[in-house]
Amino acid sequence: MTYLYNIGTYFLMIKEMFRKPTKWSVMKTLIFKDIDDLIFGSLGIVAFISFFVGGVVTIQTALNIDNPLIPKYLVGFATRQSVVLEFAPTFISIIMAGKVGSFITSSIGTMRVTEQIDALEVMGINAINYLVFPKFIAMMLYPFVISIAMFLGILGGMAACIYGGFSTLEDYITGVQMDFNTFHITYAFVKTFVFAFLLATIPSYYGYFMKGGALEVGKASTTSFVWTSVMIILLNYLLTQLMLS
Amino acid sequence: MIEVKDLHKSFGEAHILKGISTVFEKGKTSLVIGQSGSGKTVFLKCLLGLFHPEKGTISYDGKIYANLSDDEKRDLRAEMGMVFQGSALFDSMTIAENVMFPLRMFTKQSKSEMQDRVDFVLNRVNLFEAHNKMPSEASGGMQKRVAIARAIVNNPKYLFCDEPNSGLDPKTAIVIDNLIQEITDEYNITTIINSHDMNSVMEIGEKIVFLKDGHKAWEGSNQTIFKTDNEAVTDFVYSSELFKKVRQMYLEERQ
Repeated sequence: MTYLYNIGTYFLMIKEMFRKPTKWSVMKTLIFKDIDDLIFGSLGIVAFISFFVGGVVTIQTALNIDNPLIPKYLVGFATRQSVVLEFAPTFISIIMAGKVGSFITSSIGTMRVTEQIDALEVMGINAINYLVFPKFIAMMLYPFVISIAMFLGILGGMAACIYGGFSTLEDYITGVQMDFNTFHITYAFVKTFVFAFLLATIPSYYGYFMKGGALEVGKASTTSFVWTSVMIILLNYLLTQLMLS
Repeated sequence: MIEVKDLHKSFGEAHILKGISTVFEKGKTSLVIGQSGSGKTVFLKCLLGLFHPEKGTISYDGKIYANLSDDEKRDLRAEMGMVFQGSALFDSMTIAENVMFPLRMFTKQSKSEMQDRVDFVLNRVNLFEAHNKMPSEASGGMQKRVAIARAIVNNPKYLFCDEPNSGLDPKTAIVIDNLIQEITDEYNITTIINSHDMNSVMEIGEKIVFLKDGHKAWEGSNQTIFKTDNEAVTDFVYSSELFKKVRQMYLEERQ
């Protein structure tokens, strides 16, 4: 019953997010602030992880190809497919559930604990629209982060490939360009938009509806990370089944 | 004027408010007092529309809150000012931005008009120098004054204060009490204060509602509270030796 209650409350929150909008002059500032916090603030860690994981994917692929009949350019091909289809949209989203998700839950949760949300409600402000909507809009720029993750993942793979001596630059680039299917990019970005929605709303839900004090803020952050990750993995499976099979 | 009739509120099995009826008049400072757990905060949150009572009505100048549409409720709330126990200042904004917030949300004033109004109210609460400080840099007393400034900046009709001088030293507490009293008189608003502080009761309690176990156990003013024989009130208000002596002296003077 608790699960059903939570799901119902979550969808009611989504509905409320679009009702009674906050004044545009105020909302604009909130959106820019959230873009700065959630998108630009995540670029560093996303770039770092993407570059090195791209390198690791390349090394693992190269080391597992010991048949001389398999062409060397397959390393670039495998890296591209892994990074574009799964690593950038899904793996980075799980990392973002930890970074951005816990930030959203703890910041909204702290506002709940310190009665700042009550203060908004007493003033007659739609607190859900005020707090969650700017995060939702900011996260619509999330595909920009994922594009950078894709680029740096492939670049990291290239660096590992060349400096590790697994294949030549030409072979790697040939592999990256081989059998390129643009629908895979569409698939990756559809997933990215869905994950962006989850990353903005599930942590907001856990922050907004939390009860208790400072300890509960920490617990809510952990719970929001777990459920955001679970939903990302589940929807990743569903979308893959729907779009690729 | 706020009129409360037969207000009931429960949380699960716990029946917190058990049929409270009272009237809070315009231009008067009314205090709701009672022991911890007597239902004061729940009562205040019902008045603010943060909790929905199961039974009973609350009307604001004749308008019954429960009968209003969502938009009308929001409009009504824009006419309320609230000073929270912990001040509830937005910690991502400066003091001036906190005070300007209701103006930015609900008025179409130009930036200079808003700035003038913020200057005026910050001056009114003697905080003009604190404009650019963050709430975390302000003392407890300053934060309370900022909360009062934010509550009155949009000329509210109703001002609610939840234990406005908790955690403050006696001198600062008196400053806050006097400030609330002056603002109530100046702006002719309906002010309701939840308090434990007996100094506040004696100083500014033009109307006092005493809650006990979710019931209204007594109603009067800072004048009549000295004369009451209500055991629940005397147990609570005159629990300290100091206030017992004050009461004794008051009664002796009157005889």
